[in-house]
Amino acid sequence: MTKMHIKLTVNGEPKEVLAEPRELLIHTLREQLNITGPHIGCETSHCGACTVEMNGKSVKSCTVFAAQANGAEITTIEGLGTPDALHVLQRAFREHHGLQCGFCTPGMITRAHRLLQENPNPTEEEVRFGISGNLCRCTGYQNIVKSILAAAAEMNAMKEAAE
Amino acid sequence: MNEMTSPTREERAAKLKGLGCSRKRVEDVRFTQGKGNYVDDVKLPGMLHGDFVRSPYAHARVKSINTEAAMAVPGVLAVLTAKDLEPLSLHWMPTLAGDKQMVLADGKVLFQGQEVAFVVAENRYAAADGIAAVEVEYEELPVLTNPFEALQSDVVLREDLDPAAAGAHGPRKHHNHIFLWEEGDEEATNQAIDSAEVVAEEMVYYHRTHPCPLETCGTVASMDKVNGKLTVWGTFQAPHVVRTVASLLSGIEEHNIRVISPDIGGGFGNKVGVYPGYVCAIVASIVTGKPVKWIENRMDNLMATAFARDYWMKGRISATREGKITGLHCHVTADHGAFDACADPTKFPAGFFHICTGSYDIPVAYVGVDGVYTNKAPGGVAYRCSFRVTEAAYFIERMIEVLAIELGMDAAELRRINFIRKDQFPYQSALGWEYDSGDYHTAWDKALKAVGYDDLRKEQAERVEAFKRGETRKLLGIGLTHFTEIVGAGPVKNCDILGMGMFDSCEIRIHPTGSAIARLGTISQGQGHATTFAQILASEIGIPADSITIEEGDTDTAPYGLGTYGSRSTPVAGAATAMAGRKIRAKAQMIAAYLLEVHDDDVEWDVDRFVVKGAPERFKTMAEIAYAAYNQAIPGVEPGLEAVSYYDPPNMTYPFGAYICVMEIDVDTGEHQIRQFYALDDCGTRINPMVIEGQVHGGLTEALAIAMGQEIAYDEIGNVKTGTLMDFFLPTAWETPHYTTDHTETPSPHHPIGAKGVGESPNVGGVPAFSNAVHDAFRAFGLRQSHMPHDHWRIWKTAHDLGLHG
Ligand code: FES
Ligand code: FES
Repeated sequence: MTKMHIKLTVNGEPKEVLAEPRELLIHTLREQLNITGPHIGCETSHCGACTVEMNGKSVKSCTVFAAQANGAEITTIEGLGTPDALHVLQRAFREHHGLQCGFCTPGMITRAHRLLQENPNPTEEEVRFGISGNLCRCTGYQNIVKSILAAAAEMNAMKEAAE
Repeated sequence: MNEMTSPTREERAAKLKGLGCSRKRVEDVRFTQGKGNYVDDVKLPGMLHGDFVRSPYAHARVKSINTEAAMAVPGVLAVLTAKDLEPLSLHWMPTLAGDKQMVLADGKVLFQGQEVAFVVAENRYAAADGIAAVEVEYEELPVLTNPFEALQSDVVLREDLDPAAAGAHGPRKHHNHIFLWEEGDEEATNQAIDSAEVVAEEMVYYHRTHPCPLETCGTVASMDKVNGKLTVWGTFQAPHVVRTVASLLSGIEEHNIRVISPDIGGGFGNKVGVYPGYVCAIVASIVTGKPVKWIENRMDNLMATAFARDYWMKGRISATREGKITGLHCHVTADHGAFDACADPTKFPAGFFHICTGSYDIPVAYVGVDGVYTNKAPGGVAYRCSFRVTEAAYFIERMIEVLAIELGMDAAELRRINFIRKDQFPYQSALGWEYDSGDYHTAWDKALKAVGYDDLRKEQAERVEAFKRGETRKLLGIGLTHFTEIVGAGPVKNCDILGMGMFDSCEIRIHPTGSAIARLGTISQGQGHATTFAQILASEIGIPADSITIEEGDTDTAPYGLGTYGSRSTPVAGAATAMAGRKIRAKAQMIAAYLLEVHDDDVEWDVDRFVVKGAPERFKTMAEIAYAAYNQAIPGVEPGLEAVSYYDPPNMTYPFGAYICVMEIDVDTGEHQIRQFYALDDCGTRINPMVIEGQVHGGLTEALAIAMGQEIAYDEIGNVKTGTLMDFFLPTAWETPHYTTDHTETPSPHHPIGAKGVGESPNVGGVPAFSNAVHDAFRAFGLRQSHMPHDHWRIWKTAHDLGLHG
């Protein structure tokens, strides 16, 4: 199959890949670019383990062709924080025990990150609805919701302090 | 030493972050940054991808397989069929239950999704193309999906078995029968029931479902032909067992096989078994000389690997008019699918189902379990429970409710008057178990009080009246459960897997500067072993948990162990950890005494140090002792500070709990809303309360799924109707309620630190709590039993059948 030449920006770095038209973005990320934070739990758009941000929106990268990401800005869990400067959400998930096996976590945090951009001050209900595209089999969500609410509060406090 | 500045004993203890500390998890640092290392993240140079051609039929003869077109597909390197595996005797493999299972279809297929051929290609896309090009000619055969019909039918499912010969667990009474397994005294039980004042009888079905961890199963096999070593990464809940089985099957000596369980994205029983994908990847790597990866997709996972439950449980329970239970009889028709691949200790073909007398003092009981072959996927794993314990708990907790109806009694009171009393422990159950410890009455009263039980019942009665008056269309259900688990398999004298005793192990090395590494025979799948085992050790040897590395899952480095499932890690490997720690301490005592120039008996342990008795200012900390162990010649003592312990538990542990679910049910839509869920767990000594609470939340959510919607359903010709996450219910954050957790603490008397294990209790207790809530809502309208899962349609149907739709 002829391959397409695709350029995209991943976590702020320009990347170029050759991909078959049918190649899914999750495979491009994981197999061509070695970005293995986003995971595969279903490949049918149900579980959200593969969630990344594409041009400022949460997408399930198992349901996006690499070709559709041509020219796009992609952010994955790897782009949210660094080992020395973790993102507030990354710290909050640890602090409030928002993960167990960790398989859903990259997608979950990436989704939560976008949710808090869309709605910086969500209620518990809004958080539950806002992450309902992301499945977790381990935690029962209670501590995930707690982590996200705690992160929101901390981010808002930081914003206030900066203003 | 200055009293003002030296830390108090409490401060020193707190610094250890030992038992009882809600220590933050060490694993999370990697996981939150996307730096976990799961099997699909393993990438080796030249690695190939393998995947299966699967059967579209539930029962068919395989007339021919033509691989020519597939081999012509660009990127396809090999297509394996049973014929290719036969010379290696790998076309069939033994199951954990003493049966055998086809690795690739050998003449026929017996369930939809069965593995027929294995395509090996350069990448997963080429493998998919190859699969599409394999031509298989099938001839359909009659399909049996109902175990009761299977036992009557002339259709022979397993033509490979001699119908006259006994199976692994005794005589077979029909060609589709696997075993009859019995426990207890049937005659005495029948006598007790037949002569009883009150008898309740019911068929309780626990439907087929699936553990469905978020990560599916997979492996990477790499045969290095230069040094003759086979390395296998995979989603293995029991890596050492996989190594031994791989060696026995392949003939490769065990020292030349290295099995690695990397991070595992949830297991819940799905990753205990050995699957055809593992075998085919290993063979393909040996054939091609290249690493081969196999990663199951979600449909394959739901259709082919490791279903759970599928127990038809016919119960009879008897009591006096006052409600004192006098006998329990249970007969189970167990649908095992096409091969008996249940993951139980080998001598227990129905697992620990005979814990089904539950929390109650029942003088006489009997259980008989008939295992049956059908055209469904093999499996029968313990989905977040100890072996068949969830089925047992569901059975007895439903029977209690049915008996309460029969007696016209409050179900909470009926439980209370039948609980095993605190002073009866250790308690010998009628079905042969010795319960280690419990205080059920205290837990029960605490739970009822916490939810305001009496007020709830009043509210419920008022609701029924309002409903009858036409003022509301919603009913209120109060789901009660008091469960007793049995975990920590187990004593080697009766628990083994394929002959391997179910002990577990821990090996500790203390480094000269006072930090340590400990390796265990278990493997975490999200339970947080790296965090909690360090805490056990910290309390035992006085080295801060933060200075202890825990490693599991690599058979080249970890001591042999039987793995993680059935909540056995804390009861067994946790005990091994404590015992190995005590060996360290024993040696440290000799070193400390030498350094302090006193007799061994003149020093005593104090949190993180040995002190001279009566002179606490004279001490040596564990760190100082470690340094001396490596750097000082101590007469009569070998250098170094290491220990290993293989722990064979004297008994199982028996965690228990009291769960109450308050549920609103809309009789017109069948929708439910969980207003309150209260979960009290007693898991003995609590190692890390934060982790325990997280385990309870997760297990309850799995229970919610099972009770309220999740199932592996088949149509009458054996098609799986719930093979994707569109149809197979996994609750989202939206459907999942808020849980209130609570605890009592009754230590296990025989466990070194008194811990019992908790990870599976919420699944065991949660399912009956949710289901009982549904039943209880309709009790006033005459409902005795309706089958799970209680999805909206089934609840609507229940309401309809009871005439509640006018
Ligand atoms: S893998 Fe993309 S949604 Fe599940
Ligand atoms: S932490 Fe395991 S799936 Fe969410």
